[in-house]
Amino acid sequence: MSDLAQGFAEALRLLGRGDPELWSIVLRTLAISGAATLLAMVAGVPLGYALARGRFHGKTFLLALVNTGMGMPPVVVGLVVWLLLTRSGPFGGLDLIYTRRAMVLAQFLIATPLVIGFTAASVQALPPQLPDLLTSLGANRLRTLWILSREAKLGLLAAVMAGFGAIVSEVGASMTVGGNLRGSTRVLTTAIVTETSRGNLPVALALGLVLLLLAFLVNLVLTALQQRRAG
Amino acid sequence: MKRVVPALAASLLWLHAPLPAAAQQPGDIVLATTTSTQDSGLLDSILPVFLEHSGIRVKVIAVGTGAALEMARRGDADAVLVHAPASERKYVASGDLVEGRLVMHNDFLLVGPKADPAGIRGLTDPAQALARIARSSPFISRGDASGTEKKELELWKLAGVDPKTVAHREETGQGMGATLLVAEQRQAYTLTDRATFLALGDRLTLVPLVEGAPSLLNIYHAYVVSPTKHPAVRLREARAFVAFMVAPSTQRLIGAFGRARFGQPLFYPDAGKAEADLGRPGTSGERSGAGLR
Repeated sequence: MSDLAQGFAEALRLLGRGDPELWSIVLRTLAISGAATLLAMVAGVPLGYALARGRFHGKTFLLALVNTGMGMPPVVVGLVVWLLLTRSGPFGGLDLIYTRRAMVLAQFLIATPLVIGFTAASVQALPPQLPDLLTSLGANRLRTLWILSREAKLGLLAAVMAGFGAIVSEVGASMTVGGNLRGSTRVLTTAIVTETSRGNLPVALALGLVLLLLAFLVNLVLTALQQRRAG
Repeated sequence: MKRVVPALAASLLWLHAPLPAAAQQPGDIVLATTTSTQDSGLLDSILPVFLEHSGIRVKVIAVGTGAALEMARRGDADAVLVHAPASERKYVASGDLVEGRLVMHNDFLLVGPKADPAGIRGLTDPAQALARIARSSPFISRGDASGTEKKELELWKLAGVDPKTVAHREETGQGMGATLLVAEQRQAYTLTDRATFLALGDRLTLVPLVEGAPSLLNIYHAYVVSPTKHPAVRLREARAFVAFMVAPSTQRLIGAFGRARFGQPLFYPDAGKAEADLGRPGTSGERSGAGLR
């Protein structure tokens, strides 16, 4: 119990004092996972749309593949990205291993199937005649996609939240490809692992609370957007 | 969405901003090392000094010694700082590690519950102690191919016991800090380096039961990863790092590290000494600090 109480006290103290290392870790966490989520949306929304609307052979197979990807263990993604980017790997020359960009790449790969899956599900929930109707009213493809996105807003924002939530709380891939370097690739989750193995349990717990708070604030903004009446 | 996107885009730009130190001429290097040098806080305390002197940023990848050596073999690191001399020799023989220097040592401790159900307290031979533990007491192993596990396996061998046959031996597959916490919860015996044990401080009720034997020495060497086998290695920077680790001023920092907090040093600087002389009375002050807890 005393550790838990100490953890809360430590969290308040770190936040109240504006600990510069804590803030840099928080901002870094937000930037890396935010960038990965943004990229996952850019790639995942059109793919999810195509998957939901397309009529082609192997659609069920692809959807099953995406649904499997939604539960892909992050640590495996991390290992594969590590093997690709490490110096002796095929893309070692890019010198990306143990950088924030490598972390964005790994988190992007984890989030994208989630975004595709949620997008496909929310687009499939729309009335099936809607795209044809829009086309007959003279909307081009981009315009159609835009209007459908607005109609599917609830689902798309759920996709953002699911993607962001998965990667901001993920530790395996971030540790493997980022290396948990202090001041450069250490994010909240990997810092929690470090502090735990150092026996600094109150600090570890405090970081956990900060992570929770961060996730809550991001979700609060997204949920507010989601619940706002379309206008 | 309209407001979120610019914020995310701005964060993307920030990701690409170069780090202050990386903007300077010398390149960053990757140091593959053990969890103990990181978890004890030693590297956090001396690497800023190195950065200031050389402008070289060291990316510390703290893994088990086995994984650190493997990174060297693949050419994924520029330098290593490890503590498993027997394994290191294989990588020196294969030509993956060059220019090795003895940096420092501390020692391993056999720790366990105060009540000491296996009755090993005061034994001088750790192998004999393990043989007693094997009979009926729980033992927690790292199980992660670290230098500490390699040492543990060496000791089982000396004890003439196959660890796979020990009923109450469990492997965590985690670092030293996490493994000690598991041993604490189970009130089990484990082998630990002194630095991590001291760093966990009052988290633990486990006590050192066997210490001070020559076979418990924990010796750290630094190496440059061979640039002839691995052309991508940043030789100049890696050499500068190894030279820094054995420089007199750094050695003084190593010797002083942790004294204020623990009342004894966590590492004993050894640059220029012969490995065979370590741990003998008179070659370092370690015996005076032993058994403090």
